[in-house]
Amino acid sequence: MSLNMFLQHLANGLSLGGLYALIAIGYTMIYGVLRLINFAHGDVFMMGAYIAFYGVAIFSLPWYASFILSIVLSAILGMIVERVAYRPLRDVPRISALISTIGVSLLLENVGVVVFGGRPKAFPRPPLFNQEWNLGGVRVLSLTFFIIMASLALLIAVFYLVYRTKMGRAMRAVAWDFETAKLMGININQVISFTFAMGSALAAAGAIMWSMKYPQLLPLMGVIPGLKCFIAAVIGGIGSIPGAVLGGFLLGIGEIMVVAFLPELANFKYAFAFLALILILLLKPRGLLGKEMGEKA
Amino acid sequence: MTVLKANRLSKHFGGLIAVSDFNIEIDEGELVALIGPNGAGKTTIFNMITGLYKPTEGKIYFDGKDITGMRPDKIAALGIARTFQNIRLFPELSVLDNVKVGYHLHLRSSPFAAALGLPSYGREEEQITRESLQLLEAVGLAYAAYEQAGGLPYGLQRKLEIARALATKPRLLLLDEPAAGMNPGEIHELMDFILRIMEDFDLTVFLIEHQMRLVMGMCPRILVLDHGITIAEGSPEEIQNDPRVIEAYLGTEEE
Amino acid sequence: MLMKKRDKRVLTAISLLALFLLLWWAEGHLDPYIRRILNLIAINIIWAVTFNLIYGYTGQFSLGHGGFIAIGAYVTALLTLSPAQKEQNFFLLPCAWPLNSVQWPFVPSLIMATLLAGVFGILIGIPSLQLHGDYMALVTLAFNEVIRVINMNLQSITNGSLGLKGIPAYTNLLWSYGCAILTIFIVWKLGNSSYGRAFKAIREDEVAAETIGISAFYHKLMAFTIAAMFAGLGGGLYANLVSTIDPNLFSFLLSYQVVTIVVLGGVGSITGSVLASILYVSLFELLRPIDQPITLGIGVTIPGRPGMRMVIFSVIFLLVILFYRRGLMGTNEFSWEWLLLKVQPIKRMMLWGIRRGKETNDGSKGE
Repeated sequence: MSLNMFLQHLANGLSLGGLYALIAIGYTMIYGVLRLINFAHGDVFMMGAYIAFYGVAIFSLPWYASFILSIVLSAILGMIVERVAYRPLRDVPRISALISTIGVSLLLENVGVVVFGGRPKAFPRPPLFNQEWNLGGVRVLSLTFFIIMASLALLIAVFYLVYRTKMGRAMRAVAWDFETAKLMGININQVISFTFAMGSALAAAGAIMWSMKYPQLLPLMGVIPGLKCFIAAVIGGIGSIPGAVLGGFLLGIGEIMVVAFLPELANFKYAFAFLALILILLLKPRGLLGKEMGEKA
Repeated sequence: MTVLKANRLSKHFGGLIAVSDFNIEIDEGELVALIGPNGAGKTTIFNMITGLYKPTEGKIYFDGKDITGMRPDKIAALGIARTFQNIRLFPELSVLDNVKVGYHLHLRSSPFAAALGLPSYGREEEQITRESLQLLEAVGLAYAAYEQAGGLPYGLQRKLEIARALATKPRLLLLDEPAAGMNPGEIHELMDFILRIMEDFDLTVFLIEHQMRLVMGMCPRILVLDHGITIAEGSPEEIQNDPRVIEAYLGTEEE
Repeated sequence: MLMKKRDKRVLTAISLLALFLLLWWAEGHLDPYIRRILNLIAINIIWAVTFNLIYGYTGQFSLGHGGFIAIGAYVTALLTLSPAQKEQNFFLLPCAWPLNSVQWPFVPSLIMATLLAGVFGILIGIPSLQLHGDYMALVTLAFNEVIRVINMNLQSITNGSLGLKGIPAYTNLLWSYGCAILTIFIVWKLGNSSYGRAFKAIREDEVAAETIGISAFYHKLMAFTIAAMFAGLGGGLYANLVSTIDPNLFSFLLSYQVVTIVVLGGVGSITGSVLASILYVSLFELLRPIDQPITLGIGVTIPGRPGMRMVIFSVIFLLVILFYRRGLMGTNEFSWEWLLLKVQPIKRMMLWGIRRGKETNDGSKGE
């Protein structure tokens, strides 16, 4: 494989990794504050994509307006889901809450089928993102470049929010010790709502970029990326934001590279993420950057 | 003969040293107490003996066999049973079922026999039911056999936990603060109870307690633990007059 | 008031006999569409009742049932299809030896399906059960999907995404309900046995269970494997019912379906799982018209969109989770005594009515 080809694959891997990272952060933040795997996260992703699509297709909004609208509405959707389906179950066994996330996921998917229809829709790719650029001898779609840049920008924004603002501190406090945070006067409900809003917004941003890359929209489109991104979060260490980023990039680059070097395994690409998950959970269940949790008794 | 022996037992949690260089030898039929201020590491020692924690250093021997770091269920099968400081019953199961499940480790029938309802299993089940009811009689809980365990008053829950432990047919019984939350009358009853079951069931008992009335009143040998270190060992008189023990509990006399 | 054991046994035996006579009649007289639904109900009962072993009794959350169902389905399909049919199916890549030349009767195929699903149950259970709660859900989901992807790609064994068609329709009401009754019997017996108590102890407090000599891992694996075996049995019955299978039938959505049924019926209740299976499958079929527009004679049309009934199901599911977490039956079971208690007042009322009627007659006669 020539250096050129390799760099091309690397660029693709980085852009895919960036998207995975953005979505994985949402999973990890929600797990951090609620100790809950939000199975519905992938479906919020799907909703974000469709909202952006309809903004352009039905309401004829310019693409940037539609994208921003989608991010905002998805954030609101995330907050509504939390308020209606998760908050009432905050004091019950975790498994019940987990099942609730499955219920929400099923509901969003089926509503999607009914409202959007089962036939694939074509997501718009504005001309700005459709150019072929030549960066130092490597031929790359401008979209790939923009995705990498946008992902990095969003990641920096996330780190700033979480580590440099008051709300971010509150989030970290709640993630560290729920009860004590409450006793310290932190408004738990506000923090959790904000977490969901942020995670959903990132998912929508990721969805928009994803849909420009893979333009086919389907109601079940969020399922597989959702699972993969959750796997990425677990690999990196669930609850750890740097871990989610690491996991996302590892998974994205790994997926592209495995297919690049071993094209016979292309069909099994999907299973790759799951096999990686099984391995990590058996060898290092806390994840690569995960924190230690309590002992047995 | 020596039933339990611990050598240089230590437990570190990261940088925190919970237990350091703990040594003990308990002979068959003895009644030994482990006391000390809160957080001294007493329950940690119990957890190491029963396999819930793996010792950082040291060895534990039961009947001469090295049980250090063994799985809890294997240790229970060898004959060590315990109760917990904060009572860990099976709340949704009935009182009777809580005791019956203690017999499970002695079950000879296979899952097939049980699943198909074979007569061989039926006979074992009847035997378990009989023995469980007898055990409940012995602790005075037979009348509540079919009530939900979680609904029992605290004092009776303690008794049930002990009954469940006895169902495993142990040789060594570890009791973690059995008298917690009891009034003097109940403590007196408990003391009689412990002595009775020691005789009826051929037990060696090692217990953790804060209630000095019980400890000084019936335990011929006492170990005192403070910040993970054994600071004294001896009879009730010796312990009561040991300045280090007094200091550990009350702080130094002079400033 | 406890009924005598012998009386209970007699009642159960009579009911079973009546059920079988009914099924035998139904097999010969009912519409094939209705028969198919009844068969599906029985198969879902098998899946739901045994899933309860893992979830209700031992308290572990597995989302991998679809994978074991798939294994069972493919095993019976591959064993019962004739070599000629296999040649027809495997036109892209010929079927591998020795599968291409074997053809087994129904019962041995079902047994093989059950056993093989059990083997996979052990293989998948060993790593999965080392984890707890959310993590276990995730890993079993992953295994479900890995099995699906492997099925999609093992062209020479499973025929990949083309699936298998023309599977002999051996499953009839007697087989499916026979297996369902056997399943209920075994799960009920096991649940009431010492093993059942051990399972529940693990669910209540795993650490405490270990300290009384119960190896949590061994027992969880036992429940998991038994459940996998019966999932495979149900899968085998399913393949020989619908005659056409493909890997996508057995995705995590199927696992979700089993979970839904168990949650609706009450986690830990066999009766609940049975009732919920009946309700779920029936409702699913009954609501089929919603997927199409309905015209009420007076010229009014209720708009219908494909997928509406799944939306309704999702809403019901969420409502149950949020407000009726204990499901239909909670952890209660049906018993003859319960029925007797319900019947007693009615019986008394009837007897009272008859006596009054007699008195009035005598009174009026006397005049």
